[in-house]
Amino acid sequence: MSIRVHIPTPMRAHVDNQAVVEITGAATVQSALDNLGKKYPALQAKLFDGGKVRQYVNLYLNDEDVRYLDNLATPVKDGDELSIIPAVAGG
Amino acid sequence: MPSEFVRGLQCRLCGKEYPLEALNFCTEDFGPLEVEYNYDAIGKALSRAKIETRPPTMWRYHELLPLDGEPTVGAQVGFTPLVRANRLAEALGVEKLWIKNDAVNFPTLSFKDRVVAVALSKARELGFKTVGCASTGNLANSVAANAAAAGLESYILIPADLERSKIVGTNIYGAKVIGVNGTYDQVNRLCTQIAFKYGWGFVNINLRPFYAEGSKTFGYEIAEQLGWRIPQHVVCPMAGGSLIGKIHKAFGELAKLGLVKDSPCKMYGAQATGCNPITDAVKNNREQHKPIRKPNTIAKSLAIGDPADGFFAAKLMRETGGWGEDVSDAEIIEAMILLGRTEGIFAETAGGVTVAVARKLLEQGRIPRDEEIVLCITGNGLKTQDAVAEALERPVVIEPNLAAFELLVEGAAAREPALV
Repeated sequence: MSIRVHIPTPMRAHVDNQAVVEITGAATVQSALDNLGKKYPALQAKLFDGGKVRQYVNLYLNDEDVRYLDNLATPVKDGDELSIIPAVAGG
Repeated sequence: MPSEFVRGLQCRLCGKEYPLEALNFCTEDFGPLEVEYNYDAIGKALSRAKIETRPPTMWRYHELLPLDGEPTVGAQVGFTPLVRANRLAEALGVEKLWIKNDAVNFPTLSFKDRVVAVALSKARELGFKTVGCASTGNLANSVAANAAAAGLESYILIPADLERSKIVGTNIYGAKVIGVNGTYDQVNRLCTQIAFKYGWGFVNINLRPFYAEGSKTFGYEIAEQLGWRIPQHVVCPMAGGSLIGKIHKAFGELAKLGLVKDSPCKMYGAQATGCNPITDAVKNNREQHKPIRKPNTIAKSLAIGDPADGFFAAKLMRETGGWGEDVSDAEIIEAMILLGRTEGIFAETAGGVTVAVARKLLEQGRIPRDEEIVLCITGNGLKTQDAVAEALERPVVIEPNLAAFELLVEGAAAREPALV
């Protein structure tokens, strides 16, 4: 089982210039991000600060903000799309 | 050739510096980028006398705006009236009240013309041919109009349920208007994806650091129009939470440059109760706002459930000794009518939010009644007529003869039939 993680354009240098990274073996958003971080440690440091997702990182599972689901504990299933989107926008 | 007055972009969280490029967030920590200036050079170049000789537009402060050259979009934006609002002051029970009236900003009747003038001028400097925005309406109008005048192609994404007048006021300019089935926050997320995928200049996404700086001119103008002074209290509507911070930044810059005497200004943020993430954070002493999934208010221009600058806006209100408050739709309508009937100003729903919140803060004793207060009116009521239409009396209809009129004003004529 795998999910697809979408990487914002300016961050792709940290993931071998891929727009989408396939992550396997994750049961929740948290574990998907952990697996992503293990694969690409440079990105890990930019997404997390002291184990917490940084303030200006928004996460969407299949286009729904995970804060309206079960946040990092939200379960993921095969074929899900997880998007990392910079929060500094709009207004 | 970069301006000698602008140093570059800098992350507000970690301080990492970037060149003047179309990027809104730090690639280290996703933090917001802000324009950094060379205030020593600006201080040498700028004086009150010099500013006062310039045309009455927002560009009289151009050294403090992040362009390399002359503005090529929105050359006539800004310098809207600062109105001494004595009749509203009496109604609210205060002594010294002003209204900064961007309901009559040029060309699209909201403060958004300021930010768009900077963003699109910058977009041209950076070589963009296609621009766009995520909008609750006013920004849509402004990007569409200013892009049309500049010969730029524009993509405007809005929540599909927006007020008809705001949709018409965007379509007229030939913009590609796309209604999205969702909230503003969903539109915004989509636009972030579009801007970077297509490499277009979205004013409030990748051009956001430049865009946001345009709001400072609202603050410069208040200070200059008060006679080069910083007011004691400013009440400002909040959607994304950027404007309130930029007004305060503007006062600070003028003080730093010696153009005004440095004096404290308490900043008060106004929201609708149906979408109050920032005032909720202030009132409940939360550092970080809680996003609101489905905003529900007639103040659609303020209906941003997950405001990008919520954190900094809440911090600013706390640090300046101001406060945040929110009001119901009924209070918003009542305040729109009060503003119209005391000052002859027809503000959009966001203006009703500001006036109603000011009244609430005065009643709570948060704002003293004997000090100087400026209310920020950011958009025009003609764009949100549906919100108040039902609350207003319908005109009386009479036959075209003097007897009918006399009967009306001298007798107790029934107000029927009424115009629909």
